[in-house]
Amino acid sequence: MDWLTEFPALSYDALREINKAVDTTFRDFSREYGSSIEQFFDPLLQFLVWLEQLLITTPWPIIIGLVALVSWFASRNYKIVLGATISLLLIGIFGMWENTMSTLSIITVCTLLSILLGLPIGILMAHSNRAQSFITPILDVMQTMPSFVYLIPVVMLLGIGKVPGVIAVVIYAIPPMIRLTNLGIRHVDKAVLEAAEAFGSTYWQKLRQVQLPLALPSIFAGINQTIMMSLSMVVIASMIGVKGLGQPVLKAITNQYFAMGLFNGLAIVALAIIFDRVSQSYGKRLQGQHNA
Amino acid sequence: MSNITDTPPKLVVEGLYKIFGKHPQQALQWVKEGMNKQELLDQKHHVLGLQDINLSIQPRSIEVIMGLSGSGKSTLIRHFNRLLEPTAGKILLDGEDILTFNQRQLREMRLHKIAMVFQKFALMPHLTIAENVQYGLKLRGSSLKEADLQERCTYWLERVGLKGMEQHYPRQLSGGMQQRVGLARALATDADILLMDEAFSALDPLIRTDMQDMLLSLQQELNKTIIFITHDLDEALRIGDSIAILRDGALIQQGNAQDILLNPVDAYVRRFVADVNRTRVLKVKTIMQGMNALPTDIDDSRPMTVKGSRSVEYLLNKTILQNPSAIWVVNNKGERIGYIDRAILANTIGRDEEADQDWEGLWAASA
Ligand SMILES: Nc1ncnc2c1ncn2[C@@H]1O[C@H](COP(=O)(O)OP(=O)(O)OP(=O)(O)O)[C@@H](O)[C@H]1O
Ligand SMILES: [Mg+2]
Repeated sequence: MDWLTEFPALSYDALREINKAVDTTFRDFSREYGSSIEQFFDPLLQFLVWLEQLLITTPWPIIIGLVALVSWFASRNYKIVLGATISLLLIGIFGMWENTMSTLSIITVCTLLSILLGLPIGILMAHSNRAQSFITPILDVMQTMPSFVYLIPVVMLLGIGKVPGVIAVVIYAIPPMIRLTNLGIRHVDKAVLEAAEAFGSTYWQKLRQVQLPLALPSIFAGINQTIMMSLSMVVIASMIGVKGLGQPVLKAITNQYFAMGLFNGLAIVALAIIFDRVSQSYGKRLQGQHNA
Repeated sequence: MSNITDTPPKLVVEGLYKIFGKHPQQALQWVKEGMNKQELLDQKHHVLGLQDINLSIQPRSIEVIMGLSGSGKSTLIRHFNRLLEPTAGKILLDGEDILTFNQRQLREMRLHKIAMVFQKFALMPHLTIAENVQYGLKLRGSSLKEADLQERCTYWLERVGLKGMEQHYPRQLSGGMQQRVGLARALATDADILLMDEAFSALDPLIRTDMQDMLLSLQQELNKTIIFITHDLDEALRIGDSIAILRDGALIQQGNAQDILLNPVDAYVRRFVADVNRTRVLKVKTIMQGMNALPTDIDDSRPMTVKGSRSVEYLLNKTILQNPSAIWVVNNKGERIGYIDRAILANTIGRDEEADQDWEGLWAASA
């Protein structure tokens, strides 16, 4: 009756064989294709480097001015503009300007990528129930799998650096974008869609003129969550060589520099709050346009 | 009867079946072998939406489709612009079978020939009133200039009584106003067929009457072919040139208001018409005596005239006020076309089951 008290697991040797088989297969794969995959991502790397340099070399008053301007047009709320400006000033005073700009560039790229990929996937999901039942479990896995686990194959393939960092962040941050696009489109009033069809809309006209505009508030909620999740990945991404606010935090953990960790952590929080308030109030304004 | 005329029908439906479910063709066989709606649902889990509908709709008239909830009214009207595909049957629009249309032809038909007004208005909430009214026109692409669009939009908004509302959003309007926009959107396309699925059912009674009046006065000048769904008999009698009654997906009677009131084909229809105020619905000319069968003892000292298209109720009011010695029915040109016998008029008010028989006789004589 051993097998009741002790789980009849595979033998140690068998397990080791399985692990080894998976590892070598993947290693062979990355040896074979690693460099071509790297080449594929080269334009992305170029763009990342360019954006980061741009943000760092632009004089800080211009950046702060731009952030204030964008906040104003998105939210029309002077409190949010004021909060954003003061946070950025404090970040600069405490010597975290450059790291913040690096993080900003990475977040921007990750968000853009998530939108670029997530929007069409979300549309596809809304269009077909079969696509939805196929993609939903994948999104579940992406969101619940500890991020360290999928860092491993990414690093094995692409080594350490910005691009694997971005990929890891996008995998983690894209699900809400996809889900909320899908949801937003599916929740569009059936009667309105029927009207569009009855008056002679084609499939694309319906999508572009009715479904997407009406799903916009939901899509914006998705973008907002994507940004928040990217920011929360910053520290983990810094473990594989992504520059920015995550690196000093990591250093602070290993060397037990409490103050350093705290300041950089607060800078991440400040960025998060700015992004959140600005994108959310923009989304709300969009929503206010349609619904009383 | 009155709907048999020489003009070719605008829309003809032949042997139309619609069955919802996984295997509609199979279910169709069962239905043709005699299974009814309830059995099909209980035993085979298919919904019989429409069965063997044969209907012919005259151009430039208002065809009302009536029936209880679930009788298939919406299902039927959605076949006319192919929002639904039938399981079997034919639909001829101006003699062309629309079921043979490809995507391009179908779109062409929806853009130019058939417009629709919806129960819950179904306006685009993110577009202004002007953009909503222009919606159908803009879908046509480049064929219309901006100025032209504006002009048509302004014209139709004014016609439905919403002048100056161009820049508002639908949510800023009351239900009645929103439905006016819905109507303007449909009319702006110049389609000659208008499908209206319970278009006024969501409105308050007073506003509803206003809308009916507006539709009728627009129709006088536009002469569209309107297919109007309602479950309200008063509405049906008020606006319908012809009324079709559905039950469980089958068409059980089609005729004008007088037909339906005087000759209900079965208990279902009789129940529908039970509470109707007949004097309001029946037209004077249906109770008149023809000029060839006049009584000999007419006292023409204090004559009164009334148009044949007026309601009996109107006639009663006028009679009580003027107390004439003779009542003449005239046509629109004022020529005498018939005579009203007081005894028959009295019967109209105090009618009983026996009077029904007289009525039928009268109706047959005047038709
Ligand atoms: N997509 C569908 N799938 C399955 N059954 C349907 C579908 N659409 C309609 N039905 C069924 O077909 C029948 C007719 O429905 P329909 O909506 O045409 O009725 P209606 O006369 O318009 O009723 P109401 O007055 O409630 O609008 C009903 O039994 C309904 O349940
Ligand atoms: Mg209906």
